[in-house]
Amino acid sequence: MFQRLDLREFDTSFTFAGRAIPAREGENLAAAILRADIKAFRSTPRSGAPRGPYCMMGVCFECLVTVDGEPNRQACLETVHGGMVVEPQAGAAEINR
Amino acid sequence: MTAPFDVAIIGAGPAGMAAAVMARKQGLSCVVFDEAGRPGGQIYRAVTERPERDRQDILGPDYYAGLDLVEAFQRSGAEHRAGTMVWSIAEGEIHWRSRSGSGVTFARRIVAAAGAMERPFPLRGWTLPGVMTAGAAQILLKSAGLVEDDIVFVGCGPLLYLVAAQYCRAGHPPRLVIETTPRRNLGAALPHLPRALLAARYLFKGLGLIRELRAAGVRIERGVEQVELEGEDAIRGVRWRSGGRWQRADTGRVALHQGVVPNVNLAMALRCRHLWDERQRCWRPALDEWNRSSQPWLWIAGDEAGIAGAVSARLSGAIAALDIARDLGAIDERERNRAGTPLRAALGRDRAVRPFLETLYRPSDVFVVPQADDVIICRCEEVTRGEIARVVKEGAAGPNQAKGFLRCGMGPCQGRMCGHTVTETMSALSGKGQEEIGYFRQRMPIKPITTGEIAASAPFDGAGA
Ligand SMILES: Cc1cc2nc3c(=O)[nH]c(=O)nc-3n(C[C@H](O)[C@H](O)[C@H](O)COP(=O)(O)OP(=O)(O)OC[C@H]3O[C@@H](n4cnc5c(N)ncnc54)[C@H](O)[C@@H]3O)c2cc1C
Ligand code: FES
Repeated sequence: MFQRLDLREFDTSFTFAGRAIPAREGENLAAAILRADIKAFRSTPRSGAPRGPYCMMGVCFECLVTVDGEPNRQACLETVHGGMVVEPQAGAAEINR
Repeated sequence: MTAPFDVAIIGAGPAGMAAAVMARKQGLSCVVFDEAGRPGGQIYRAVTERPERDRQDILGPDYYAGLDLVEAFQRSGAEHRAGTMVWSIAEGEIHWRSRSGSGVTFARRIVAAAGAMERPFPLRGWTLPGVMTAGAAQILLKSAGLVEDDIVFVGCGPLLYLVAAQYCRAGHPPRLVIETTPRRNLGAALPHLPRALLAARYLFKGLGLIRELRAAGVRIERGVEQVELEGEDAIRGVRWRSGGRWQRADTGRVALHQGVVPNVNLAMALRCRHLWDERQRCWRPALDEWNRSSQPWLWIAGDEAGIAGAVSARLSGAIAALDIARDLGAIDERERNRAGTPLRAALGRDRAVRPFLETLYRPSDVFVVPQADDVIICRCEEVTRGEIARVVKEGAAGPNQAKGFLRCGMGPCQGRMCGHTVTETMSALSGKGQEEIGYFRQRMPIKPITTGEIAASAPFDGAGA
């Protein structure tokens, strides 16, 4: 499990898959979810296999989640805002290429 | 339309920041885009945030060396568009998206300084949740202050040792380091050692990291020839073979690393000429000695131009900006050469260590080309080595045919996670060189965006483009 070196108190919370997760306003979203001991953020379109953050720098797209109803957000590039509603992304991402 | 900037820079890492500082020094107007919220790039990520004493001890002096540059950048008068992702560029224009919307910015010359990413590490089980890159573990440490108490590091290269040592300094020595550097690399690297001594501080730093791991009592398995990651819905354990013998350890987190490769999507999509770098095992753009690409309006600096690390990134950014100042007529060729010659000499000295390091840590064939048919190569579309082998047998000549048949490289990561593996695998299976096999044909947008965002970004305020 991830341990915190930064011992400042949490000042807000958000939900992931309905579960309340304590956090600090403005911190990295993927980091906050990982810290809550959640490893899988989404499932793949082809086989439904679970996936979680791999690169933490925006290149792998394994951290895709829905944020306040908006799909395809990369959790590793998002920041936490109190009360935000985050859902794992299941299956196909509607992405324009 | 507002007046264009003289220079637009993509990336606020050491290369992009140094380019901006130099461009401003030559009197050029300058805008810098970075999808990250703060300047610094990979090495200096979050350096301005919480420079408390604790992190200095953990992250080391090379990390804090970035503070000067960040401050010079912030004082330079260059406009920093933080949290702004560039999804397309063309001559004279940059298309971007930020939290507050999307748009287009005009600029006479462009510097691409988008840095590097970690080389794909296609092992059986590398897609399991809980498996990440060593760089990802470092990002969690640097920007979120998180350390995993049960982590196994697997792979090779200086960054693997650096992150493992940073874990030790944070009071959480990794439970195991599985080192995949082929034993024969050392012999091959030795002839490069005398030259490497010109940049000896890198060698001392490397030896120091290994000493730190030993002092912390970290178990290191060397000369490992095969690795597999186990688990159903998440990582549970790792198996490895060395000297013909299999061993196993339980773990809930694995960090993989086998070197970094340039972020090629942007320059590839612009059809810049690229070369296969055999020693670094990666694609890199063909550049002139002032870092100008085969597109005359585009310069490429830092690790995107070929892996050379933070000090070289800084120098190459400044060199590119000087040449742009000459190209735009702000200075003449003599002035450029006078200012640029010492920078280029410093670059030569800094890079003296590269042939040694690159040969020593050159990843082994068996880890860049998966050996078993069920190993996933394209993570997004879940395409395996077996499927690639089948289309090679059926006559697919290169990655674009593999893409057409298998959707390999067509997911949201746009081939970043599989491109190098596909080139190497098709080369190994067909016996053709990597250069002949080629890479995926890239196109804009280089990051997935919605149709609405494309429309919002039409040049000339929607009056048609
Ligand atoms: C994960 C990782 C960790 C590393 N850690 C270290 C370390 O600790 N020590 C070390 O010596 N070296 C490290 N390196 C090597 C590193 O590449 C160099 O040291 C150095 O950071 C290269 O500088 P750069 O300016 O070329 O690129 P970078 O520092 O990578 O900067 C590139 C910047 O471009 C931005 N960017 C990329 N694409 C876009 C886009 N489309 N739109 C907007 N912005 C974009 C990125 O957000 C990034 O900030 C690391 C590399 C990686 C990949
Ligand atoms: S973890 Fe790779 S894109 Fe977010």
